[in-house]
Amino acid sequence: MSRMSDFLSDVKKRREELKAKRPSSFGDVKTSVQDNVIWKSIFRPGSIYRKGYRDTSRDRALAAMNNVLYHLHPVKVKRHGLKLTYTYCLGGLSFFLFILLTITGIFLMFFYRPTAGAGSELAYLDMRNLSASVTFGHLVRNMHRWGAHLMVFTVFLHMARVFYHGAYKPPREFNWVVGVILLTLTLLLSFTGYLLPWDQLAIWAVTVGTEMMGFTPVFGKQVQFVLLGGVEIGPNTLLRWYVLHVLFVPFVTVIFLAVHFWRIRKDGGISGPL
Amino acid sequence: MSEEVQIDQEVYDRLIAEGKSERIARAKAKAASVRKGKVAAGQELGPKSPEENQQALAAFRERSGGGAATAGAGGGAATATKEVPASRLSPEERAARVSASLGGNGNGGSIGVPASSAHTHRLLALVPPAGIQQVQSKQQDKVYTWPHLLIVEFVALLAMTAVVLVTSFFLDAPLGALANPNLTPNPSKAPWYFLGLQELLRYFHPMVAGVTIPGVGLIVLGAAAYVDKNPSAKPENRKFANMAMTFFLVMWTVFVFAGSFFRGPGFNWVWPWVDGLFFEL
Repeated sequence: MSRMSDFLSDVKKRREELKAKRPSSFGDVKTSVQDNVIWKSIFRPGSIYRKGYRDTSRDRALAAMNNVLYHLHPVKVKRHGLKLTYTYCLGGLSFFLFILLTITGIFLMFFYRPTAGAGSELAYLDMRNLSASVTFGHLVRNMHRWGAHLMVFTVFLHMARVFYHGAYKPPREFNWVVGVILLTLTLLLSFTGYLLPWDQLAIWAVTVGTEMMGFTPVFGKQVQFVLLGGVEIGPNTLLRWYVLHVLFVPFVTVIFLAVHFWRIRKDGGISGPL
Repeated sequence: MSEEVQIDQEVYDRLIAEGKSERIARAKAKAASVRKGKVAAGQELGPKSPEENQQALAAFRERSGGGAATAGAGGGAATATKEVPASRLSPEERAARVSASLGGNGNGGSIGVPASSAHTHRLLALVPPAGIQQVQSKQQDKVYTWPHLLIVEFVALLAMTAVVLVTSFFLDAPLGALANPNLTPNPSKAPWYFLGLQELLRYFHPMVAGVTIPGVGLIVLGAAAYVDKNPSAKPENRKFANMAMTFFLVMWTVFVFAGSFFRGPGFNWVWPWVDGLFFEL
């Protein structure tokens, strides 16, 4: 009997010891995670994720300077620009939708093959399959579709906002031009994506659009031929527009986005106050 | 050890009577007392006359060997050197004197430019007045990006995610029948943002509606930043620009709406509340 109670007290003692060793709170875990070589090598001094961030001017400045994402922003911004009714966040939301569309788009690429033609209508079948049997496939496709329409809309509103604030005036003229190019690229992104489901809606909408392009003076027919990969929409068009949609146009867009954001800072930050 | 310097009481009283402050009076009275002591000890006071200076110089040259005097004059040909008049020390003599006074510790007795150098000073740079930066930035009302701006942006991001998610949950993206190039749907419509142009096709030649108007439109839009020379950004100062922009935005919207909702089979005019919608996103 006494052996039994000895054993029990031993277990109890052992448990107490382990309890003492174990990190007792979230704060302890946080400290041990933050206080090692790897963590410190990832987050530069002053990062808000490092140990010992204090809410001082210096650390606030370092937080913006030492994070590649926050680094899009300057350390300080004009106070009036914070007001939601000044920008309505439209530029930022357009960019965010671009990111969201990239993420959802990459997901969709796993389940989509840009192949069409009699007997091998893989594109359309993949679309059906995506909705029917891929986990979250239907939701992600919806997000990609509505996000795309929304992005055209927010880019358009962003342009209107910038115009009414006279924010294109010197020294920001060139950035306005970059913005107009980005508007065009957004439309191209949306339009090239419109064909990919390869349903009746897709090919006839694109037929209408490309027929208009064919009326470009001098080299209209050539442009149309190159874009369609033939005289009319077919499997070649689908492959071309797929590559344009997932690779070429996003690539060009990212370059212009980089210039656009960089110039905002070079031109003295947000415009105004009015 | 050091004795407290006595105050010359006579001088002190006179300065106080003149209205000098106590501090100045005390200092001057001390100086007067020191001067008196020197005179009593037979020491000379004050600056030497030019003749006495010359004598002292000659005495120094005699002491230090005399040879340096001729070597010094006319030695340096560099920019910042002057011909040394005979009445002054040459650089070599000055160097000798400095090193003697520093105890001849071997490093020339000099900091920076060597004492033996003929250069008495150095030219660092010539700066034209225009090269001096005039900083005239205005004080601006600024706040830290972190946390003020980043929090607003984060909330906007979450809100947008919510909007997209909820919309996607309740509204399905259209997926029609398999593409069939031989079966033209009626009506065939472009994506909504091109429906304004498709509407224009009803009124103009395709080259005008499909190429000229959007092409010129985009170029004019881009050029607006260079055409608009009005420096003001205030709405009350740019009524024309705002009116023109509003006009074109409204026109564009009207055409998009017309093409989207008021065009049915054959792209003919319909009333959506009578004939229904012929529109898909």
